[in-house]
Amino acid sequence: MSSPSLEQGLSNQIADLRPTPSQLMWRRARNHRGLAIGSLIVFIVLLCGLAAPFIAPHDPYAQDLTKRLLPAVWSENGTWEHVFGTDALGRDYLSRILYGARISFLIGISAALGSCLIGAALGLLAGYYGGRVDSVVTFFVSVRLALPVVLVALATVSLFGGKLWIVVAVLSLLLWDRFAVVVRSATMQLRSQEFVVAARAMGCSTPRILLGELLPNLVGPLVVVGSLEIAHAILLESALSFLGLGVQPPTPSWGLMVAEGKGMIFFDSRLIALPGAAIALLVLGINLVGDGVRDVLAPEGKA
Amino acid sequence: MSSPILSVRNLCVTVPTPTGPLEAVRGIDLSVARGETLGIVGESGCGKSVSSLALMRLLPSFIKVDADAMELCGIELLHRTERQMADLRGDRIAMIFQEPMTALNPVLTVGRQMTETYLRHRRAGRREARERAVDLLVRVGISRAAERMKVYPHQLSGGLRQRVMIAIALLCDPDLLIADEPTTALDVTVQAQILDLLADLQRERGLAMIFISHDLGVVARVSHRVQVMFSGQTVDAGPMRELLVHPRHPYTRALLSCIPRRGQRWGKDKLGAEQEASA
Repeated sequence: MSSPSLEQGLSNQIADLRPTPSQLMWRRARNHRGLAIGSLIVFIVLLCGLAAPFIAPHDPYAQDLTKRLLPAVWSENGTWEHVFGTDALGRDYLSRILYGARISFLIGISAALGSCLIGAALGLLAGYYGGRVDSVVTFFVSVRLALPVVLVALATVSLFGGKLWIVVAVLSLLLWDRFAVVVRSATMQLRSQEFVVAARAMGCSTPRILLGELLPNLVGPLVVVGSLEIAHAILLESALSFLGLGVQPPTPSWGLMVAEGKGMIFFDSRLIALPGAAIALLVLGINLVGDGVRDVLAPEGKA
Repeated sequence: MSSPILSVRNLCVTVPTPTGPLEAVRGIDLSVARGETLGIVGESGCGKSVSSLALMRLLPSFIKVDADAMELCGIELLHRTERQMADLRGDRIAMIFQEPMTALNPVLTVGRQMTETYLRHRRAGRREARERAVDLLVRVGISRAAERMKVYPHQLSGGLRQRVMIAIALLCDPDLLIADEPTTALDVTVQAQILDLLADLQRERGLAMIFISHDLGVVARVSHRVQVMFSGQTVDAGPMRELLVHPRHPYTRALLSCIPRRGQRWGKDKLGAEQEASA
């Protein structure tokens, strides 16, 4: 009797000495440079957006035609009153860029959430049921991939107008494919594992297995795809706004600001360079975070 | 023995294949009384696991299950809707699986998996479910049970995981426990502990148990009665002791000769028995 309990006690202790997965994850996260740089960028931009009402020196909507096209502080005649200068309508450029971060985040995150909802639901159903359901979902994914995103977004937004929620809805309906593909293949692997049968043997219904047993196993891939899709959505929103079919003026959207500045590109390139740099920086930051999270969550899959 | 908890007559399981229907189980009878353990022995693919999954109605719908009778405590199982079956599973019939490594959800804590199962079948508060779970973890011999509730499955050894599986299976005091090769994936010392635990629990709670294994030695240790299956049929059945002493079917004899004994040498008699069985 003593030897089995001794053996069991030993194996217990060894099991307790192993670092938990969250400890391992933190260890990897701390040593990942890309993740650190990316999260710093995202954090700063997010902070700018959130704190915009407090740190913006001016009202981003206030026009003052006497102060049109003032230069930025680093050029000749620049003043600290308007650090990034003003635009063609005399609005403070720094304030507009700070407020623009809010629009980008709002659209990026809500579009990613919306598409995650659609894609995860379809992917779960396809992966769990397989067979005909899978064929239908795969067909939808193929159809979606065959659609030229920008063209469809342009057509829809020009039909229904450029309200914020319409832009979000259109982007959600266009960006779900990667979620669906990733969730589908992960679910197919999980479905054959014994814990799914065990859950059924304990009386779990199918929705409960999908949401309670399988979905928690998919959080990792969903976070990774989600962060990359946020960046994707932000870029698309900028593109739509640049073409005049996304968010409508006078909303301070970075894409819109680039569009408004394009007429002045040879005379005052700062008008196009600053919002353009903001877009590039944020998208870079988010992509770094996405890649970093993937490396941290699934180090085996790293090439 | 009182009236049986489970009675199954003429269970047939047919799998449609491209080359025609395959009869995985061909008319077996099962009957287990309260406080009794029925052992089912047979080689891989003889239909023992399929029969148990058929009892739980856990086979995919394209596989045809038929029987003259399939009753649990007088409740007909064969024609219940999926929803009605789900209410019975985990509550009246519970099952323990072969692979303790994969039978627990890797991303949910032990405590979460236990309380959720309990709350699925019982109207109870979280606190009550937690207490029940801790009680059972203690009962199946897990030390520091309250602490272990917060642990994820991969942090436990195989033996501990199988103990957790047993605890989960017993949460709702089922009438019938089906153990499908519960010790196959464990090493021999742990296997002996788990077998003793199952036998204890079964005696203590008056459980009816079906114990499935390919290892006659393991089955002999826990079962009162045993059924030997071969190719979807019952080839030999009877009380454990009798079967061990007077095996009727040559296949049973072959299985018996597979149990290693002290001092036994790989000799002529064993090979002979095997050849006889395959002939």
